[in-house]
Amino acid sequence: MDPTFALIQILNGIQYGLLLFLIASGLTLAFGVLRVINLAHGSFYMVGAYLAFWLTQRTGELWLAIVLGLPLALALGFAIERVMIRFLYERDHLQQVLLTYGLILILNELQSIVFGNEVHGVPAPKALDFSFRLTDTLSYPAYRVAVSIACLAVAATMYGVIQHTRLGMVIRAGSVNREMVEILGFDVRRLSALVFAAGAGLAAFAGMIAAPLSSVYPGLGDQVLIVCFVVVVIGGIGSIKGAFVAALLVGLADTFGKTFAPGLASVAVYALMVATLLWRPQGLFGRNA
Amino acid sequence: MAAPPRMLSVLALLGLAALLLVPAFADRFYVQLFTKVMTMAIFAMSLGLLVSGVGLVSLGHGAFFALAAYIVALVSPATEGASLWLALPLAIGGAALAALAIGALAIRTSGVYFIMITLAFGQMLFYLFHDTKIAGGADGLFIAARPVVAVGGIALLQLDHRPSLFYATLVAMAATYLFLGIVSRAPFGKAIEGIRVNEQRMRALGYDTYLHKLVAFGLSGALAGFSGFIYATQYTYVNPALFSWHQSGLALMMVILGGLRSRLGPLVGAFALVLIEELVQAWTTHWLLLIGVFVISVVLTLPNGLVDLLPRLLPRDRRRGVAVDA
Amino acid sequence: MIDDRIAGSPRYRLTRRALLAGGAAAALAGSVPTRFALGQQAKVKLGLMLPYSGTYAALGQNITDAIKLAIAEKGGKLGGREIEYVQVDDESEPAKAPQNANRVVVGEKADFFIGTVHSGVVMAMVKVAREENALLIIPNAGAGAATGQFCAPNIFRTSFSNWQPAFPMGAVAAKRGHKTAAVMAWKYGAGEESVQGFTEGFTKAGGKVVKEFWVPFPDVEFQAQLTELAALKPDALFVFFAGGGAAKFVKDYDGAGLRKSIPLYSTGFLTDGVLKAQGAAAEGLFTTLHYAENLDNPVNKRFRADFQKQTGRAADVYAVQGYDTGQLLIQAMDAVKGDVKAREPMIKAMRAATIDSPRGKFTFSASHNPVQDIYLRTVANGENQFVEVAHKALADPAAGCKMT
Repeated sequence: MDPTFALIQILNGIQYGLLLFLIASGLTLAFGVLRVINLAHGSFYMVGAYLAFWLTQRTGELWLAIVLGLPLALALGFAIERVMIRFLYERDHLQQVLLTYGLILILNELQSIVFGNEVHGVPAPKALDFSFRLTDTLSYPAYRVAVSIACLAVAATMYGVIQHTRLGMVIRAGSVNREMVEILGFDVRRLSALVFAAGAGLAAFAGMIAAPLSSVYPGLGDQVLIVCFVVVVIGGIGSIKGAFVAALLVGLADTFGKTFAPGLASVAVYALMVATLLWRPQGLFGRNA
Repeated sequence: MAAPPRMLSVLALLGLAALLLVPAFADRFYVQLFTKVMTMAIFAMSLGLLVSGVGLVSLGHGAFFALAAYIVALVSPATEGASLWLALPLAIGGAALAALAIGALAIRTSGVYFIMITLAFGQMLFYLFHDTKIAGGADGLFIAARPVVAVGGIALLQLDHRPSLFYATLVAMAATYLFLGIVSRAPFGKAIEGIRVNEQRMRALGYDTYLHKLVAFGLSGALAGFSGFIYATQYTYVNPALFSWHQSGLALMMVILGGLRSRLGPLVGAFALVLIEELVQAWTTHWLLLIGVFVISVVLTLPNGLVDLLPRLLPRDRRRGVAVDA
Repeated sequence: MIDDRIAGSPRYRLTRRALLAGGAAAALAGSVPTRFALGQQAKVKLGLMLPYSGTYAALGQNITDAIKLAIAEKGGKLGGREIEYVQVDDESEPAKAPQNANRVVVGEKADFFIGTVHSGVVMAMVKVAREENALLIIPNAGAGAATGQFCAPNIFRTSFSNWQPAFPMGAVAAKRGHKTAAVMAWKYGAGEESVQGFTEGFTKAGGKVVKEFWVPFPDVEFQAQLTELAALKPDALFVFFAGGGAAKFVKDYDGAGLRKSIPLYSTGFLTDGVLKAQGAAAEGLFTTLHYAENLDNPVNKRFRADFQKQTGRAADVYAVQGYDTGQLLIQAMDAVKGDVKAREPMIKAMRAATIDSPRGKFTFSASHNPVQDIYLRTVANGENQFVEVAHKALADPAAGCKMT
């Protein structure tokens, strides 16, 4: 392969990986702190995409849609935690799986009832409506670069919050020992609702900024769900750092799988997961389960 | 896996009696429908052995179901049915071998990681059958005729005849249920139950827990293959979608919905889910919304699954009796 | 099977006894399906098995609405009989397809079995239709085998075979001066058969397909393949994508700046139903299909206006296929004056039918697939506009079809 194009492929892989990280980060956060397996995570991604579509249509600009839509998504996450999820913290993982599966069905059907089943496009912000020339045939849209930067910004912010703030300390403590946080006098109830809402918000944000790239259509969330779980598991459940590394690995594996083994590209990502788990059964950065 | 309390057994027997009468009184469609329900019940029970027996949650169990179904398709000649004596052992054996191979690797992980590694194996098989031409690709394969059950050229059973297939499936389901009962009471069953409760302790007691888990995984794969064989026989059409995680998820949903504490759970879950889907689909095109509401209500109100509902249906004084029995 | 139908369930035993009492000895021969013995004036049951949820839900809805529109225009009756619709959501899920098909054919005893969009699901429907001898009409799914290897007298298709719209594009691309082409498609039946069609047409016209890119279905991440394509620099690219994937692909292709250097060609599924989502990125694309929005014929104009009025949505190729399914039903039932028992004359009439479709008149091939004009279209002003007829009266080769 021509070195220029090999380099571009690596960039493609990283860009896809960064977006995967953004989607998966909320999942691993909720996983780590709340010990909740949230199958409906992909649905929050879908909610974000549809919010972006609906609000961009109303306001004309994706920026505004994000500013208006994010609080809505956070509120939805908060409400779902209060009404359903909080009853499950003490229960079996499997019941969480079942409940959040039910939630997928409900959110999908509500989407179909409210927005219909057509495929919709969301225009990229006008300021970013240009592209960079890479080779004589290939360019790179500025919006894709902007998405990658946004993903990096979120990663940096999450790192900052979790490593260097009081809230982050509590979150870290919570992911190790929930009871301890309770004993230390923190309101675990509020913390849980907050973390779950934040996870939902991150997924929705990912859906919003990805909307101009991916278009908006029914079943959108289900497509990202499995690959999200792959990222979280390879990285080690609950580890933000792990999710970041794993997302980049999955992005690269997917990109190069498609280049070198086009007939069986989809196997590449799963093979990566199997290999990782056989080597480290608790994921790259997971604590011993 | 707890044996069902006596009252549940009575209800189960009543259900069995009602099933026996289906071909005699119900429309041909219901004969087919209940054949499918019972097939799914066997599939769910096979997963139940893993989930509530060993505490291993697999999200790739559809792979063994699908593999067996594909084996039936692949060994069937172009114009006639394969011999049951060939197709059935090959289907079950193939599924069991695949389960042993996948299990040998997967069992090294635990918890959520185990769920995900089984999912990964399932997805890899899905793409193998979907993306390559080894067995019909994405369009799937037709089976020209159902397997033939004959000894020395004399047909013992016509699987083409729907009531016959129905009763054969009923026998298969009952046999699977009883077989799992025997397993759970055998030393092996006690051992895997011990592993579920406290693996470290079992290891300290000298049990080879890895081997026990592997055998359970293989056994469970073989039973899933059994149900896959019946599926292929009933519908004579296989498609890669049988490998997909949706199929595995469906079985898992049946197991959890029915209830993890009772051996009847997967059975109850399979019947409830398929029949409720059948019912609400007739009402509205947004039927999945109702399924979602149903699933969530069960989780929130019946922590031990639908099995808990059965004793509640009985008169009060009888319920007290159940408590004593249990 | 026949053995089963007579001896199987009590309902059939009962019907047979009743028939015997009525002296309908013909029923004994087993050649007349007993389920039609309820009498002429019962409603005709149309069993629609289509996606009403999931990615293809919009297609299922348009097909359904257009079938109903076609029949409503003729007074809402078929062969003088009232109609009962049974709608089953197939979720585009092949694993559930056999059971869903049984529900329509055996459970509901639908007189006509209609569906669907997804090729894997349609194969299950073909299986059930063949086993139960149900009259199946396929209003979309293009799986070649449905009117090829597994064709049957009781199976009709009013849409296309995957090969059909793709084949003429080969000649079009060659005529436009392209010597080499790459192909890119989802790795599944429809993608593979489209690529086969294009490759066949392009090779015949002197071109050469230099590379095949396969994208796992229904993956929508194309960046890796686009980069490779840019390095390869063929004269042209032919693709097969549909729905949400098509919307994303066209935008990605435009975003990667490839449209100027490597012209993009496809079957119409790339742009139909998703043009609004694609916006400016789709302007100027050339596609081939058996329909174009602005076809200049009175049926098309009337149909588009009526469909818009009825549903509030613009008609697309899926709606047209639904409408023609309705028209085929009308002709079939008129030919036998509503007597669904008269299966042989009905099939004969359907085989001989000329459908006055919004896509232009078409007939059926010996394998029961449309023999139809394939149009070259281009996207202009957010509409798929007719350019020229790319292939007149094209019939699917129907490999392996042995009609019995």
